[in-house]
Amino acid sequence: MSTKQIYIIGVLVEHKPGVLYEVANMFRRRAFNIESLSVGVTEQKDLARITITVSGDQRTIEQVIKQLNKLINVVKVSILNPKNTVVREMALIKVHAIDAKARSDIIQYVNVFRGHIVDVSSNSLIVEVTGDSDKIDAFIELVTSFGIMEVARTGITALSRGVKVIKNNHESVKEAT
Amino acid sequence: MVELSGAQALVESLKREKVKEIFGIPGGSVLPLYDVLYNSGIRHILAHHEQCAAHMADGFARVSGFPGICMATSGPGATNIVTGIATAYMDSSPIIAFTGQVVRAMIGKDAFQEADIIGITTPITKYNVQIKNASEIPMTVKTAFHIALTGRPGPVLVDIPKDVQTESAEMDFSAPFELRGYKPKTDPHPIQIRKAAELLLQAERPIMLAGGGIIISNSSHEALNLAEFLLMPVATSLMGKGSIPETHPLSLGMVGMHGKAEANKLMTESDLLLAVGFRFSDRTTCRLDQFCPDAKIIHIDIDSAEIGKNAKVDLPIVADAKKALAQIYEQIVQKTIKKERSNWFERIQLLKTQFQNKNNNNGARIKPRDIVVELRRSLPNKAIVTTEVGQNQMWAALHFQTLEPRTFITSGGLGTMGFGFPAALGAKVAKPDVPVIDIAGDGSFIMTEQDLATSTLERIPIIVIILNNSMLGMVAQWQRLFYGKRYSASELKNVPNFVKLAEAYGAQGVRVESCKDFSNAIRKALRSDITTVIDIPISPEEDVLPMVPAGMGLGDMMVDSE
Repeated sequence: MSTKQIYIIGVLVEHKPGVLYEVANMFRRRAFNIESLSVGVTEQKDLARITITVSGDQRTIEQVIKQLNKLINVVKVSILNPKNTVVREMALIKVHAIDAKARSDIIQYVNVFRGHIVDVSSNSLIVEVTGDSDKIDAFIELVTSFGIMEVARTGITALSRGVKVIKNNHESVKEAT
Repeated sequence: MVELSGAQALVESLKREKVKEIFGIPGGSVLPLYDVLYNSGIRHILAHHEQCAAHMADGFARVSGFPGICMATSGPGATNIVTGIATAYMDSSPIIAFTGQVVRAMIGKDAFQEADIIGITTPITKYNVQIKNASEIPMTVKTAFHIALTGRPGPVLVDIPKDVQTESAEMDFSAPFELRGYKPKTDPHPIQIRKAAELLLQAERPIMLAGGGIIISNSSHEALNLAEFLLMPVATSLMGKGSIPETHPLSLGMVGMHGKAEANKLMTESDLLLAVGFRFSDRTTCRLDQFCPDAKIIHIDIDSAEIGKNAKVDLPIVADAKKALAQIYEQIVQKTIKKERSNWFERIQLLKTQFQNKNNNNGARIKPRDIVVELRRSLPNKAIVTTEVGQNQMWAALHFQTLEPRTFITSGGLGTMGFGFPAALGAKVAKPDVPVIDIAGDGSFIMTEQDLATSTLERIPIIVIILNNSMLGMVAQWQRLFYGKRYSASELKNVPNFVKLAEAYGAQGVRVESCKDFSNAIRKALRSDITTVIDIPISPEEDVLPMVPAGMGLGDMMVDSE
C-alpha cells in the first residue's frame, strides 16, 4: 500500500505568468517532492504543459492530483501510465576529451546511445543524449571515467501513446467506489 | 462599452456585485481608488489596522454568506492583511481583498512600499491575481466574486497597480468570464447516495459529525431532517457549531480536544460516522486511529481534496452538502424498514445527563461557565457570538448553546487571537439589528483592541466580554498541566485597565465581580448605542475541561473532577 513509485503527471495550465510558481509552491507547501519538472507551450497558445515526475505512494499521488486540480489556473491533470507513454528526457553532457583516444572512445559510446556530438573543442566535447532517464543515467555513468565537466538535463517530458490526449475539458478526479 | 478609469471601473464593478460596505485603510497606492469611493455611495468603514479590516470582512462574510470586502494599500498595508486572509482561508470564508500596488514600471524594482503580495498570498488564497491593464477590471472582479463564493468558498486577492487605477480604458461590464480550470462539482453521484442510505439504515449506532460545511451550504434543515428521521445524534466540530440547535435532544455539542465529554465518548462507541463538510482536523479527531475506531465513515465534502487527505473513509461523496443530505433523506424515507434505535437514543440521553455539568460553584470566584450560560439567557436566539482564541473560545464553544447557524463565529483552523473583536464589528455591520457579542480573553483582546476606535467612529456598537484571568490562559493551562507550572512568559499581570482603555476610545467599560453584576451589565450593554467592554476577573488557575491531551485519543479525556 505504501510502496513508493515514480509517477508521471501531465498538467495542462493557463499559459500566464506566475502559474508555474503556483504549481511549484503547492508542492512545497504540501511537502510533496518533485523529482523532475519540465514546462513548455502546447499546440494551443494559451495553454502550457507541465510534466512532473513525483515519487510517492498511491495515496500521496491521489492528493497531488486533487491539490493540482484545486488550483484555478490548472485546466487538466492526468497521470500518465508508464506502460503506454512515450517518456523522453534530453541531456547535454560536457566531457573531458584529453587526447585522440578518449575522443574516439567517447564518439563510439555516443553512437551506441544514438546521441550527437554538438560541440567540439581542443580538449572537451558536448554530447546530446535523448531517451528515458535510465538511458541517460547509463550514458553518464559510462563517460564518467573521462571526467564530466558539466551536465544539463531537461527533466522528463511525456505523451501517452495513440489517440488519447490530455484535453482541456476539466474533469474532477473520479470518486473511489 | 464605456470609457472609465480603472478605479471607476472597480467601484462600478463592486456596485454591480451589490457591495454596500468595504472595510479598509487608505494609503499611497490606493489613493485613486479612495478618491472614487469618496462619493460612490458605498460605505467605507475605516479600520485602524489592516488585519482588522480583513477580520471585519471575514465576520461580515460568515454571518451574511456574502463576500466581505477589504482594502489596503501596497507594501505594509497588504502584508498586514495576510493574517486575516490566512484565517479566512483555513475556515473557508469568502473574503475579497483589494490591494494597491506600485506602478507597473516599478514592479520588481523594490520600490517604496512594494511587496510581492501575490507571491506572499498564493498559498493562503483560493485565487489571487494582479491586474495588468485597466480593461481587465470588470471581468476580474466578476471572476473574483464567483470563485470566492462557489464550491468551497475562500479568500481571493486582487492586486491593482496604482497606474492601472488611473488608466482609462473601454470597459465591458457585460462580457462573460470563462474559467476552464474551475468547475466545482455540486451534484452527488447517485450510486454513492444509495450506498450511503443503505449504510445509514443498517447502522446500529450512527452519529452525524457536522462540520463548517453544513453552515456554509445552509443545510441545517436537511441535516436535522435526516438526523430526526434516523434518530441519529449530531455532534459538531468547532466550525459546525450551530448546525442544529444545541438544545435539541439529538445535539451532542462539540467533539474534540475540548469537546463535550458525552460527544467524545459517543464518538468512540458509534458504528457509523456521517461526516459532513468536515475536514478531519487534528483538534477535532485527536489521535486519528482512536477516532471512532469501530465506525464506518461516510464523508461528504464539496472539496474532493479533503477526501482521504487526513482520514481513510469508506464512502466518499463529493458534493454540495445540502444536495447530498437532501438526496440521502429522499432515499431513506422511501424504504419501509426502519431500524429500531431506541437503545442508542437512551444511551445518548443517559450520557448527556451523566456528564451534565453539575453547577456546584461555591461562589468564591466567578466561573467562566456561569458567565457564558448567563449570557445565553440574556440574548435572543439570533444574537451573534464571536470568540477570540484560547480558553475563552473553548468555554464559549462548550457552554454557550448556539441555536441558529451563522451565529457562532470563531477562528477555528488558524486559531487567530484578536479575530473575535474585529469579526464582531464586521458581523454587526452585516446584521445591524442583532446584538453581537465578542467573548474574549484579556490576551486576545489586546491584540486588536485599537479597533475600538473603529467601533466609536463608525458607530458600530458591540459588546466585548473579557474573561480576564490575567494570563495567556491556554498557554498557562498547558504549562500548568505539562510543564510543571513554569509560567514562562504567560502572565499578563492585570495590564491594562480595560475600563479605562474602553473609555479612552469613547466606548464604555465596566468591571463586574459577580454573576449578578454581570447579568445587570449585559442587560444595560444590550440597550446601549455605544460599545461596552465588560471586564470580568476570573481565576488564573481555571482550566478548560474536558481535555484530550495531545497525542491521545478521544476516549482518553481528562474531565472536570468537580
